[in-house]
Amino acid sequence: MDYTLKEMMTIMAAREIRNSDIVFCGTGISMLAAMAAKNINAPESVIFFETGAIDSRLEEIPLAVGDSRVMYQTSANGGLLDAFATMQNKVTGKHVIGILGAAQVDKFGNLNSTVIGDYNSPSIRFSGSGGGCDVASFVPRSIIFMQHEKRKFVNRLDYLTSPGYLDGPGGRKRAGLPDGGPVMLITNLAVMRFDDITKEMYLSAFYPGVSPVDILEKMEFKVDISRATEATPPTEEELWLLREKCDHQRLIL
Amino acid sequence: MNLKQDKVTDLATAVKTYIKDGCHISIGGFTINRNPMAAVYEIIRQRVKNIHLYAHSNGQGVDELIGGGSISNLEIAYGGSGKFAATCIRFRKAVQENLVTVEDYTNYQMTLRFLAGSMGIPFLPTRSSLGTDIINKWGFSHKMRGDSPKLPDSKLVEMDNPFKGWCDVEKVVLVPAINPDVTIIHVQQADRRGNCRIQGLTFADVEQAKSAEHVIVTCEELCDNEVLKRDSHQNQIPFIHIDAVVHLPYGAYPTACYKYYDYDPRYLKDYAEKAKDDISYGKYLDSMIYGCPDHAELIKKIGQEQMSRISADPETGYAKNLDRR
Repeated sequence: MDYTLKEMMTIMAAREIRNSDIVFCGTGISMLAAMAAKNINAPESVIFFETGAIDSRLEEIPLAVGDSRVMYQTSANGGLLDAFATMQNKVTGKHVIGILGAAQVDKFGNLNSTVIGDYNSPSIRFSGSGGGCDVASFVPRSIIFMQHEKRKFVNRLDYLTSPGYLDGPGGRKRAGLPDGGPVMLITNLAVMRFDDITKEMYLSAFYPGVSPVDILEKMEFKVDISRATEATPPTEEELWLLREKCDHQRLIL
Repeated sequence: MNLKQDKVTDLATAVKTYIKDGCHISIGGFTINRNPMAAVYEIIRQRVKNIHLYAHSNGQGVDELIGGGSISNLEIAYGGSGKFAATCIRFRKAVQENLVTVEDYTNYQMTLRFLAGSMGIPFLPTRSSLGTDIINKWGFSHKMRGDSPKLPDSKLVEMDNPFKGWCDVEKVVLVPAINPDVTIIHVQQADRRGNCRIQGLTFADVEQAKSAEHVIVTCEELCDNEVLKRDSHQNQIPFIHIDAVVHLPYGAYPTACYKYYDYDPRYLKDYAEKAKDDISYGKYLDSMIYGCPDHAELIKKIGQEQMSRISADPETGYAKNLDRR
């Protein structure tokens, strides 16, 4: 079965989404993952956007979370205040799963999407938090998408934009944040997860043809690889639904 | 507060009247949707300088104001234009070259700051950003804050929950109110007094409008005062907040306006390409902004054929099967 890395990554995320989840989507692959879950394994999941759209009927892929395509046949069109309230609401908030991306990640799943270099005089400027830090602060589970490169898996972030487990076990509580944090990190090589006790990233699954040692070489920090197994590639049915039902215009894939 | 029955004016006059060098403004919309682009272009055309801009994720509008040289200070959550620019290009360049002073917040924080401003209170609490550099790292120094009566003394303030653990919360972050001198929004329909009807998502437009000293509204359709009073449950902003109303079809172009037109992928892609280089960007400014006396002229330049391609399908509100690659 032929598939691309992007398709593999999308399906890895889609499989993590459950029927009772309210899925917070960003731009690009995260939006596609949410659409894939809804079309494949979690038809009852609810897609929502920080712009205030909830339960959109996505007949075409939005190219931004503010795209008019997210406004079509929603259950309600609101604004940013509504969306961020949904994430913190005592009833709905615990069902929200966030999907995030970033330029840098550390071993506790903290993310940088703001700058490389000094904040006041950066060598590279990125978009900034948007709603990323809000989601990472509020919701119980999140998925991170990253490219697997040494300069992105770093010992120390240049800027901590979105909280993962902060400085490790108990870190979120000490800072005053609710329980939560990333449950998985999906890259172009592997799926990483976070240890229940130490909150440190470990290698959970590597893609067919990739060795755990290759993966370690693409990270500044060491992770446990003893629990790793080979990831199950997308099935024919998953691929068909992804290609034909989610991105038939091939805007993301 | 302006209670006139007729606040209709032209865009050049509205911008000249309210947008002054050094003023603090905010613009409505989100990334590539319903940015008040005609007004953005007019600000650049009038060469207004040293604006202090408040933005959550106003993508294209923010990038063009920065590229046009109108912005010196920026408070922002996100500078991106979706798939067209993961990080807005002139924004990135200006920050890396220290041409603007920028301070980072989150989208929710910026929205709460406008809400606090609209309510006339000094701050609102949230838990967002606890433990992060959004609290620790300031873009504006103590000195800059001290020198400006329009800036609060601190960026964000952490505080123990004064209700002692109520709602299982131990700590909060206080975000300071924003009261812009002027907010500019683009809406689908407005009447001559300034009542506004937004279709689709409102983003943070309502909070932004109500927090400002003055509000300029540009609209796709200008309605008589009686029209929006019918079905007024569909209106979001009453006229008491509005100072100037400008009838401006395609006023959000090249960003989208739900139910009227889509964003223009061709324009945005071309923009992203030209924005990469100062010389080609200069040519872009000369031809698309300075070279057009007004927005109608820009639309004419784009041409009827392209405008009909992005015209919204009445049912979905966007242009179905538009080539967006």
